[in-house]
Amino acid sequence: METSKKAAVTRRTLLAASSLLAMPSIVRAQSADTIKIGFPVPLTGPYGTEAKDQVACAQIAIAEFNEAGGLNGRKAELLVRDDKLDPGEAATRTIELIEKDGANFICGSLSAAVQLAVNNVAKQRGVIYNSISQSDQIAALPDWSKTTFHEGMTPHLTAGAVGRYAFSKYGKKVVFLQADYAYGHEMVAGFKAVGEKMGIEVLADLRHPLGATDFSTLLPRIQSLKPDILVLVNFGRDQQISLKQATDFGLKKTTKIVAPVLLYTARQAAGEKAFEGVVGGTSYYWGIESTVPTAKAFNDRYRKANEGRVPSDYGALGYAGVRALLEGARRAGGTDTAKVIAALEGLKYDFYKGAQEIRACDHQAVQPVFIIESKAAGANPNDVFNVISTDAANADNLVSCKDEGHV
Amino acid sequence: MDGITPDLLALQLFTGLALGAIYVLLALGMSLLFGMLTVVNFAHGAFYMLGAYAGILLLGFGVNFWFCLLFAPLLIGGIGMLSERFLIRHLYGRGIDYPLLLTFGLSYIMVETVRIFFGTQGLPFDTPDALQGASDIMIGYFPTYRLFVIGVAILVIAALWLFLERTPYGLIIRAGARDPQIVRILGIDVARVWLVVFGIGTGLAALAGLLAAPLQGASPEMGASILAESFVVTVVGGMGSLVGAVVAGLLVGVVVAMTSLFAPEMAQVAIFALMAIVLLIRPQGFFGRAGLMS
Repeated sequence: METSKKAAVTRRTLLAASSLLAMPSIVRAQSADTIKIGFPVPLTGPYGTEAKDQVACAQIAIAEFNEAGGLNGRKAELLVRDDKLDPGEAATRTIELIEKDGANFICGSLSAAVQLAVNNVAKQRGVIYNSISQSDQIAALPDWSKTTFHEGMTPHLTAGAVGRYAFSKYGKKVVFLQADYAYGHEMVAGFKAVGEKMGIEVLADLRHPLGATDFSTLLPRIQSLKPDILVLVNFGRDQQISLKQATDFGLKKTTKIVAPVLLYTARQAAGEKAFEGVVGGTSYYWGIESTVPTAKAFNDRYRKANEGRVPSDYGALGYAGVRALLEGARRAGGTDTAKVIAALEGLKYDFYKGAQEIRACDHQAVQPVFIIESKAAGANPNDVFNVISTDAANADNLVSCKDEGHV
Repeated sequence: MDGITPDLLALQLFTGLALGAIYVLLALGMSLLFGMLTVVNFAHGAFYMLGAYAGILLLGFGVNFWFCLLFAPLLIGGIGMLSERFLIRHLYGRGIDYPLLLTFGLSYIMVETVRIFFGTQGLPFDTPDALQGASDIMIGYFPTYRLFVIGVAILVIAALWLFLERTPYGLIIRAGARDPQIVRILGIDVARVWLVVFGIGTGLAALAGLLAAPLQGASPEMGASILAESFVVTVVGGMGSLVGAVVAGLLVGVVVAMTSLFAPEMAQVAIFALMAIVLLIRPQGFFGRAGLMS
């Protein structure tokens, strides 16, 4: 008798458990006390270092929110998933985050293609997604929807800021060398848009395949064209290798090398020689803390949690993206999608790098862009860039909402 | 296309030869392993990558670059010999795909191991001080280090040729490749010969990787793309032919360089187009023996 009774209880528990599993909405309702932010980022793969820093920074936003008492006692939680830098993988992880784990919001990604896949999934399920990677497309129709937010910069904004600075300072004869995929094309379009107004002369527009390991065959030709500026539009390892080889060929003696984005992590990986003197843009550099108080507070918090290291550019976007969502929830007094969207639209904030605003029409973060120049080796291994110019947040530097297809 | 001067063409040709030098070193090792052991070594790219990281490790211990050029290939060649002794040896005579699959798996293990110990981001590798900057080569300035790579490749080719053609040990290796049974009957330990050959092949890959590190830095994935390219070189030159590896390596380098000059986006495709054309006209490659794969 005793044993059969036990078995019955177990069976009942099992049934209850399985019915819970079958109905994610119930799980969601029962665990409604925590605010869950799904965070798919490419922990494995070539951008693993940047992704891990995105997580470290996002955790700071969560910790700060919880230490301040949360939302009337409701604590926040970060659900980190590996999207493996693959759109399909990212979509699957996002579906799981929303339907199985009951995530209230999604934030993350580190690639133009991946963020569009995540956005698509979140859009279909009516869940707010705050993207922290570069893209013009995500803020424009048809990809954009009411639930789409974009804390990351856009290639148009980045290339515009760097182009305005470089073309006025270093000359008008320009050669482009771009990685042959969406990132390269969008960035070069941004440079050309601002360059046309400034009267630049494009001597050549060369393309190389993504993941190239040798650029030597392109360099003699570039050298013979004698450009004032070489705009190197590639990312990650491509950028490190092309800069190193351009330096070896002595290109820097005659030509200023400019990149739309200079990554803190890439500079650390490639060493100072390859990057020395190269000018580029960034969404964040820790060195702005001397003039921006919020940057100082954010860096200090990060240093304390990470053995004195400093946050990277893409990492810091993880902080801003998660913090914006939590700020929206706080202002909306809950996680209701429509209310949070209303709270975020037009929101003015200064989280970590000066004044920003979420443009109401397309949910794009209007934000400062920093122009930086890579330094020679110094005493402090973290001190790798000089901030040589700052473009304050200005919606005129973005693609207009009308051009993006918004009414 | 305007602005193409004879000097630029000559410089571009030279750039191609320098690029080809790395291909030659990789393809030599690969061809050696195939010609002597009929092992298609899919881990060749991983050994190349290990060479670069062995260099970083040794530099970290204060060994200077010149000694690294000696010790890194010895170290990685040693790892190559260990994997031959304990893994690949058991698959001889079982058909070409067995060692192929084994080395394929081995390459994954090596790449992951490096990721665990050295990180996924890749590491910088500075050009040695003595070889920095560019040198005047009459037609223009060319990076000194790339000239050095060409020099090392020539030395290695000469040394390998002398070793195989002019020493008693080379004679045994060549005999062992042609008829292992007779060599064994003559009282020679063929297993040891193969062990040494595998060590030389992987050591050459490591040397190529170490030489490439100052050009592009070191990263766990650096062997993946160059593996495909050096396979093309090996196939074009003729599987198992060392002369073929040298000629095809330089040719592929020059083809990439020349395509880059006129149509940069076609450069990568050009390598494979070259392979397709060669395979159509001469399936065994320039210097390959027909029927070796069957």
